[in-house]
Amino acid sequence: MTAPSRTADDSTAHETARRAAPPSRPRRRRRPRAAEDMPVGHGQSRTGQLFVLAGLGLFFVYSVAPVWWLIVSATKDQRDLYASPGLEGLWFGDFNLVENLKLVLTYDDGVFVRWTLNTVFYSGVGALVSTVIALAAGYGISKFRFRGRSIALGFVVATFLVPGMLLAFPLYLLFSKMGLVDTVWAVLIPSFVNAFSVYLAKVYCDSSVPDELLDAARVDGAGELRLFFQIVVRIMTSGAATIFLLAFVGAWNSFFLPLMMLRGSDKWTLALGLYAWAGKRVESGTDLTSLVIMGSLLSTIPLAIFMIAMARFWRSGVTLGSLK
Amino acid sequence: MTSTGAAPDADVGDARRPRHWTSALKWKGAAFTAPFFAGFVLLFIIPLGYAVWQAFFREQTSGLGLSGTTTEFVWFDNFAKAFEDATFWAAITRVLVFAFIVVPVMLAISLAMALLLDMAKRRAVRFFRLGFLVPYMVPGIVAALMWIYIYSPRSGPLTPVFADLGLGVNFFASEMLWVSIGNLIIWNTIGFNMLIIYAALLSVPRELFDAARVDGASEWRIAWSIKIPHVRAPLALVGMLSIIGLVQIFNEPLLFRQISPETVTKDFTPILFIYNQAFDANNYHYAAAVSVLLALVIGIVSFVYYKLANRPTT
Repeated sequence: MTAPSRTADDSTAHETARRAAPPSRPRRRRRPRAAEDMPVGHGQSRTGQLFVLAGLGLFFVYSVAPVWWLIVSATKDQRDLYASPGLEGLWFGDFNLVENLKLVLTYDDGVFVRWTLNTVFYSGVGALVSTVIALAAGYGISKFRFRGRSIALGFVVATFLVPGMLLAFPLYLLFSKMGLVDTVWAVLIPSFVNAFSVYLAKVYCDSSVPDELLDAARVDGAGELRLFFQIVVRIMTSGAATIFLLAFVGAWNSFFLPLMMLRGSDKWTLALGLYAWAGKRVESGTDLTSLVIMGSLLSTIPLAIFMIAMARFWRSGVTLGSLK
Repeated sequence: MTSTGAAPDADVGDARRPRHWTSALKWKGAAFTAPFFAGFVLLFIIPLGYAVWQAFFREQTSGLGLSGTTTEFVWFDNFAKAFEDATFWAAITRVLVFAFIVVPVMLAISLAMALLLDMAKRRAVRFFRLGFLVPYMVPGIVAALMWIYIYSPRSGPLTPVFADLGLGVNFFASEMLWVSIGNLIIWNTIGFNMLIIYAALLSVPRELFDAARVDGASEWRIAWSIKIPHVRAPLALVGMLSIIGLVQIFNEPLLFRQISPETVTKDFTPILFIYNQAFDANNYHYAAAVSVLLALVIGIVSFVYYKLANRPTT
C-alpha cells in the first residue's frame, strides 16, 4: 500500500460518506428495507445498538463534562466557586457571568483585551503568510522538476519528525544574537515556515491542478507569477483554507516559543497571560482563579466558533494528514 | 508505508509532467520554493548548527569572578557531562515510561470511540462526533489550567466526589501526578486522534462487511478482524507522533509546578530540565548540548518504534 493511493482512497471515501447522507433523506421511516441506506451496524441486534449508544454516551460525557464545568464556573464569583464543592460544581450558583466578564476585561487596564488582539494578530498574520509560502512551495515541488526537488521533499517530510520543542531553544540562542528576542518578530517569523503545510499543499496541488491547464495558460502567454496567483491559488482555495485553519489553530495554541521569546506583558499571547495570572497565586498571593476561568472560556470561544464554521475544511485536512 | 516515507513519495508526482521542460521553467519552479527553503534554513538548519556549535563551549568564571567571564572551547565536555547527568537521564526515563503507558491507552480509547461511531446509526454520528471533538477545540494551556482547577480540592468537583466514595485522592501527590497529567493529555488528544482513525475506517470497503455478515460474523468479530487491521497504519503513525510529543512534554508539568513545586521538580521532564538550565542557571552551553542529545534520543526512539510498528505481520 503506497501513501499516495491511500490518500486518494480516503478522501474520496470520506466524500462519498458525506454525500451519502443528504439532508433531504426521509427521516421517519420506521423499518427501512434497503440495505444500502443503512449504516454499517444495521445487522446488529437491539441490545448491540444499545451497547453502542451507552459506550458513545460514556465517551461523550468524558469529553464534554470538563468544558461544562468551565462554563458553569465562569458564571460564579470566586466565593461561590469555592463554596460549591463536589457535584454542586457542575450546576449554576449565583449568576455572575457579566460581573466576571467585566472583571476580566478591565483587570490591569484591560490587558486581557490586549492579549486577545495580540493572539489574533500573531495567529492571523502567521497563518496567512505561512499559507502563501506553503502554497508556493507545494506548487513548485508538485509541478516543476528541478534539481534537488526530491531532496527538498525529503527534507520537508523529515522535518515533521524533528521535535519542535527542541528547536525552540536553539532558535532562542540565534534570535538573541540577532536582537529579535522580545519583539513581535520572534513569535511571527517561526510561524511563517511550516513543513506540514507545504506537504499538504503539495498533495492538494498534485490532485487538483491539471498540468494541461498550466500548459494552456503558458501558451496563452501568462507569466508564471500570474499563473500562480490567478489560476493555481483559485483552484486550491479549499486546500488553502485547510492549511490556513490548521496553521491558525497551531499558532493560537502555541505556548513554549512565546514563553521563551517574550518578556513584556504588552506582547503576550492569551496562553501566556493566563499562565501568568494562574501563577500570581503562588508568586504574590493574589488569587485570580475566577479571572483565569473566565479568561480560559473567553480564549476558547473564538477558536471553537472558527473551527466549527470551517469544519468542512479541517476534516479533509485531517484525512490527508493521517496519511502522510 | 513500509519503506522510508520520503524517497518513494518524491517521485510520484512526476508521472504526468508537462511536455516542454525548459531550463527557465525549472529555475522558476525552484523560485516558488525559495521563500520556504530560505525560512527552512533560517529556522531549522542554522539554529541546529548553532546549537551544536554552542555545545562545544563553556563559560568560565575567571578567578574570583571579578573580571567577568570568558568562553572557552571545551570539545565534548558538555556532552560527557550530560551523559553522566543522572537527573537528565531520570527525566528521560520518566517521560519515556509515561509515553509508553499513556500512548497505548490513548490509542485504545480513540480506537474504541472511532469503532463505536462507525457502528452507530448515522443520525447519532453527527451529534457524538461533535461532542468528541470538543476537547480538541480547547487550547492546550486552557485544558491544563481547567483540569488543574478540576483536580484542585478547593475549587474542583473531583476530590470531594472521591472522598464521598471513601477514596482520599490527592491529584497532586507524587504517586498520582502522572495519572493526573496523563488523564488531561488523553482528554485533550483523543478527539483529534479519533477523527483520524474514523476517517481511515470510512475507507474500508463496505462489501467486506456484507461478505463477513453472510458468513455469520458478529459485529464485534468484524470490528476485530476487518476494521482494526485496516487502521493499523494510521494507528502506528498517531502513536509515533504522540510519543515524540510526549517526550517533549513541558506545558503541563510547568503548570502543575505552579501548584505543587515539591512534587514536580525543576528537572521533571527533559524540556523542563533544558528550560531551567538555560533560563534559571544561565547555562546556555550545557542546555544546547542536552538539546542535541535529546534530539538524538528522540530520533532513535521514533526510528525503533517505526520499525516495530510497521513490521510485516502476515
